[in-house]
Amino acid sequence: MATTIIQTRDLVKQFKTQAGSINAVNGVTLQVRQGETYGLIGPDGAGKTTITRVILGLLKRTGGESTILGFDSMREPYAIRERVGYIAQQFALPHDLTVLENLHFFAKVHGVPRQDQARRIPELLEFAGLSRFTHLVAGRLSGGMKKKLALACSLIHEPQVVMLDEPTLGVDPVSRREFWNLLGNLRVEKGLTVFVCTPYMDEAERCNWVGLMYQGRLIAHDSPQNIKKMVPGHLLEFTPSSITRAQELVTAMEGVLEVQTYGLMLHVFVDDVPRRQPEIEAMLAAQGIACQGMRQIQVRMEEAFISLVQSQSAR
Amino acid sequence: MRNRFRDRFRRFSAVVQKELTQLLRDRRGLALILTFPMIQLFLFAYAVKLTADHLPTAVANMSPDAQSQAFLSALSVSGFFDLKLYVETEAEVVRAIDEGRVRAGVIIPPDFAPSIERGDAQALVILDGSDSFSVQSGYSAATAVAQAYSLGLVVEKLNRTGSKMVTTPIQSSVRVLYNPTRDDLAFIMPGLVAMLLQVMAVNLTAQSVVREHEMGTIEQLLITPIRPIELVVGKLVPNILIALLDLLTITLAGVFWFGVPFKGDPWLFAWMALLFIVSGLGLGLLISTIAQTQNQAQQLTSMLMLLSQLLTGFIYPRGPMPPAVKAIGNLIPLTYFIRIARGIITKGVGITFLWSDVVALLVYGGLTMVLAAVTFRKRLD
Repeated sequence: MATTIIQTRDLVKQFKTQAGSINAVNGVTLQVRQGETYGLIGPDGAGKTTITRVILGLLKRTGGESTILGFDSMREPYAIRERVGYIAQQFALPHDLTVLENLHFFAKVHGVPRQDQARRIPELLEFAGLSRFTHLVAGRLSGGMKKKLALACSLIHEPQVVMLDEPTLGVDPVSRREFWNLLGNLRVEKGLTVFVCTPYMDEAERCNWVGLMYQGRLIAHDSPQNIKKMVPGHLLEFTPSSITRAQELVTAMEGVLEVQTYGLMLHVFVDDVPRRQPEIEAMLAAQGIACQGMRQIQVRMEEAFISLVQSQSAR
Repeated sequence: MRNRFRDRFRRFSAVVQKELTQLLRDRRGLALILTFPMIQLFLFAYAVKLTADHLPTAVANMSPDAQSQAFLSALSVSGFFDLKLYVETEAEVVRAIDEGRVRAGVIIPPDFAPSIERGDAQALVILDGSDSFSVQSGYSAATAVAQAYSLGLVVEKLNRTGSKMVTTPIQSSVRVLYNPTRDDLAFIMPGLVAMLLQVMAVNLTAQSVVREHEMGTIEQLLITPIRPIELVVGKLVPNILIALLDLLTITLAGVFWFGVPFKGDPWLFAWMALLFIVSGLGLGLLISTIAQTQNQAQQLTSMLMLLSQLLTGFIYPRGPMPPAVKAIGNLIPLTYFIRIARGIITKGVGITFLWSDVVALLVYGGLTMVLAAVTFRKRLD
């Protein structure tokens, strides 16, 4: 059993607003083990950023427990800050310092010795693909390069764990892929533990453990494979000629477990594909609805997440 | 223990270096910070005049004789009144003031000479009350001239009647200490130096802390091992340097360009200024804990500047102020430093005469720093 790096138990964070108080994080228990890439997945406003900030001691905890590397978030914030890397959701490095100045600044405040700086900074620049841009002011970098610089700065003190809050927000698809490849290399080469928040379901597939957050609660946590298996039945995809009527009709059918819309397509979870596929086609044809390209597809994170959220709100 | 101190110093110097780099990178802002006090000094020096003299004056002389001529020329010689418009009636004088062509009027009623002989002569001086400075100086000038003139007449009359009085019974002589020529600039300059220092110290500090919150960069700073005190003091150091540079340039300009005499010990002044700057920085930090945005910080510092101009004795004397208003003035460090600056620059006195204000500044600086450190937001909420 690998060592636990991050641990929360019944974590609660309450925000007071004029309308009353809101539990942004409502009793979350999670565990991140060493060497793992843990993805906290959920829509905007689910509480991902809040939970990250509470674990790091940036926000005050309302209830429960949270530790990182065995240090309590509230009681030993500086022990945590010396050992953890963090990228805030918005770009929060000094905009008017150059790439190199930023790296030097964060190296110094973390007390990285001079000879280590001389070795690590070129390494990190190379690793992040920023070697050619050392004298550019950080505020002028592209979205993707900003995130890579933030990653480089968060790694300067060789932390045991990095916490990344939506690191690919506002980043183009190519840079997103590059960023995730960097994270993959870190995990393989340095055994770095990565905790990442993201609203993108495809990024969840790159994690080896996933927590699904919805309205301040952790509604599921497991490996991506197991999460996808939590969805009952098998998935059929097709494009009906009338989507609203088809949805109504199919939902009422026997053996249909769940129906989701996906653009102009319907995703239908059924208990038995060979049996239900002809039944659906026949029923819809009888109602004068044509369905195009009906086929069985693999359940992706996205369908699994929607399914879990729907069963959660039905409860 | 030594290691902990070394780490602390390393983080602190990293913050100082970051702040200096950012300061030097913003060339336009830097130019503004360095030239703004000079521009203010020159504007004040050339524009501000606290006493009004050479008031343009209209005259309605209804008694054209030697006595009235002598009185008018006495007014003119005083230097406070420039007789530039001669009219016939009082109404015309008032109209000239209404129209803004003159700021004062003199009306000499008919039979001026005979009434002087009788001892009940009257001359009317009209002043434009919409300008309080000209009323103040015009009033005292007119009274003084009239008294001197009538005293002369009394002496002359006594001499004519054969009495043996050749001099007036009381001769008052007034000696103005410290600023004998009553040069406005010598009065304004120490206060102005102090005022500009306060603006710089408070504003720079409040802005530089609030900016980190507004831009969100505070989040990435808080997540490093930097302690709040290291961050805050590190941010203050470049501001102290800027404020000292401003202090040097405006004092030198005041002394060498405008010829304001510097009577006291320059080193004592420099140390006192440093103490004052620190209390200004403390005030700036307090503002930064209240203000959420740079805009709010700007508004708070503007309000502080207005209060400073009114309540600290910079221009208006604090003596006649009601106690409550005086108490508000006591909350502004400028109140103490203006007395210190005038004491050192204009009077040339040493610390033995200033210690109560020095202690007040020490307490002020200490209190604001502690308060700012306690209220500094160590977390994001």
